[in-house]
Amino acid sequence: MKRLKIAGNILLALWMLGFYVHPLSASPGTADGAQAPGRGMAQQATKGAKRWITADHTKHEALKQPFSSGPEVTKACLSCHSEAATQIHKTIHWTWVDPASPKDKPMGKGALTVNNYCVSIHGNEPRCTSCHIGYGWKDKTFDFSDVSKVDCLVCHEQTGTYKKHPAMAGNPAKEPVVFPGDGQKYLPPEWNQVAQSVGRPTRENCGVCHFYGGGGDMVKHGDLDSSMTKPNKALDVHMGIDGKNFDCTRCHTTAAHQVAGRIYSTPAATGRTTLAQDDLTPRITCESCHTATPHKPGVKANDHTDKVACQTCHISEFARALPTKMRWDWSTAGQKKDGKPYKEKGPLGPPVYDTQKGNFTWEKNVRPQYFWYSGRIDAVSFKDPIDPTKPVALNWPVGRPDDPNARIAPFKVHTGKQPYDTVNKTMLVPHLFGPPDSDAYWAKYDWKIALESGMKKAGLAFSGQFDFVETSYVFPTTHMVAPKEKSVSCNECHTRDNSRMANIQGVYLPGRDGNKVIEILGWAAVLGSFAGVLLHALGRAVSSRRKEG
Amino acid sequence: MNANDTCKMVNIYLYTRYERFWHWLQSALIIILLATGFETNGVYTLFGFKNAFDVHNFIGITWLIAFAFFVFWIFTTGEWRQYLPTTKKMLLVVRYYLYGIFRGDPHPVPKRKDAKHNPLQRLVYLSLAAFLLPVQMLSGLLYWSYNSWSAWGLGWMSLNVVAAVHLAGGFAILSFLIVHLYMITTGHSLGAHTRAMICGWEEVEAREGIEEWEIKSRAKNPV
Repeated sequence: MKRLKIAGNILLALWMLGFYVHPLSASPGTADGAQAPGRGMAQQATKGAKRWITADHTKHEALKQPFSSGPEVTKACLSCHSEAATQIHKTIHWTWVDPASPKDKPMGKGALTVNNYCVSIHGNEPRCTSCHIGYGWKDKTFDFSDVSKVDCLVCHEQTGTYKKHPAMAGNPAKEPVVFPGDGQKYLPPEWNQVAQSVGRPTRENCGVCHFYGGGGDMVKHGDLDSSMTKPNKALDVHMGIDGKNFDCTRCHTTAAHQVAGRIYSTPAATGRTTLAQDDLTPRITCESCHTATPHKPGVKANDHTDKVACQTCHISEFARALPTKMRWDWSTAGQKKDGKPYKEKGPLGPPVYDTQKGNFTWEKNVRPQYFWYSGRIDAVSFKDPIDPTKPVALNWPVGRPDDPNARIAPFKVHTGKQPYDTVNKTMLVPHLFGPPDSDAYWAKYDWKIALESGMKKAGLAFSGQFDFVETSYVFPTTHMVAPKEKSVSCNECHTRDNSRMANIQGVYLPGRDGNKVIEILGWAAVLGSFAGVLLHALGRAVSSRRKEG
Repeated sequence: MNANDTCKMVNIYLYTRYERFWHWLQSALIIILLATGFETNGVYTLFGFKNAFDVHNFIGITWLIAFAFFVFWIFTTGEWRQYLPTTKKMLLVVRYYLYGIFRGDPHPVPKRKDAKHNPLQRLVYLSLAAFLLPVQMLSGLLYWSYNSWSAWGLGWMSLNVVAAVHLAGGFAILSFLIVHLYMITTGHSLGAHTRAMICGWEEVEAREGIEEWEIKSRAKNPV
């Protein structure tokens, strides 16, 4: 009877212990089979997405007529989709100007935005606007109200053969021609074939511009390059062709041709709405599908989502498949070999020196930098005064620790050295691209002439005096979400030694932060106690020996 | 220390089973909390931040629950009286540890069943059980529940301050532990105190009149 009682007590104790321990065992990475609720929510939100259409474009008579140019195709598209071009005209994809920016200081590639790649499109339009979703933006005279100039095909064609020439202001080649910049041959499109192939934009469509920003593959974002055309799950859990195989528009949901996403100072989303709260909310944030507490109950990461962006832990490194450009120093451009411009290959593949452009630094598997971020990125314009005595931040994430909408988010920071006006203290527009007899830098290799020409074409004042200044430019890191096993671990931030959060202020971070005064007093007390008992013990040992002796 | 030959030694049952269990449980919990707490603070890397953090939280909550049983025990058994502070013989005890102990003098206040703490111990253990440990548990609980502060109307609190209080408490407990570990060697033999805390029985000096030290204390001259 007594033995039975003891056994019962032990069983009860074990049961209580198991009950008590349970919340701790639900940490990520345990092999208990159950998955995190945020994952389940997202799977429910995205499963069974069989997209269907009611039109077969190969059967449309309008697309069977002979075409010889893009605008002719556009007119055919508009003969059915009558409102498409006017919708496009309202988007930043068309205007390249942030509609929310002040009228006296418009921001955007088409306005006063400065970057530290090719700096500005002004004067360089035919080259830069090869990535415009239009035909013929060759200079300031381009008619932005002409519906026939909208390029429907670059976003919608599905043959993969439609190519805009890199230097023809958004037009495809009219006849086969080699572009000296990349040595590739550009063919005129098979217009009927590409026009009849149209469908919803895929990764390839978005990628032709967004993977090649800044003049080539891998240059700009760090989390967007040609490796994202057909990524595997290890590179991007959502877009991986061996996984969910998402297209860009799966998250960048679109209404009337307005694609969800951040536009300069306008956040991609202001609230933290999930699809369960609003089934028409844009899926642009992680939380839209995964909710604000996506991890298993009791997992500490759920407590981080108020201050830490999902991307911070889930994208530990960017540029994981291909290297990305991290620095561009224009000040060394213009050096020639045997009187000729040259390029010098670097260890990662792409060139580290180019006579036209100066020195580059490329990096792979880059650890992001972290900033408080409310979804806004503010920027310097060509009209803003700068302080050349220190590095100029051309743009910066906006966010304060006490802003409930701000979270700590990862960024690629691209540094550079580029021309500024030493008298007016403003950044300068270089005229880079142009025919050999033009004032372009890549024609005469004369900075002063190129800067005078660029500033004139941009309609801005230039004193004639210039020098080069250190600059930085940030890109939010949000693509290339890694599998959960590759998430940033606790001790990469919660450490005094090289913490990822080293420059993050305004939050007490256990493991990184302490209290100097208490630490000094505390260790003094501990060492004092130790020394005290040691002396006391010594005294006892000596006195007892003396007595025995 | 050598046992004083002039004194007769008696075995008394000093610590009940629960008392001993509680002492060793609490000491284990505190040592684990110190080891994981200072790692969480970033002093060193031993278990890894995540493990240290998880263990620290788990053990901390365990301590809090176990402490509630201790509070229940101490009030239902009346043992709380053992912690009532007194100044009587306090100076004699201080003098003993600073001076008499080196001469082999007998302890001015030997233990007995209903007065197991000398005046110095009463003061130290009262501060510990009624102040330092509760402050540490409360600051720890607040630290742990940081994410619920605004929901609880505590949004005005500063994590820096809570963390600083908790860290200061950790240093104080570590200092106590060092002194305590040393003091257990000061019984009539090096292991006497430890033995008592394991099996409950301790050999103490049976001196006449000792039972009434609280009244007669000033009449005696132990030196």
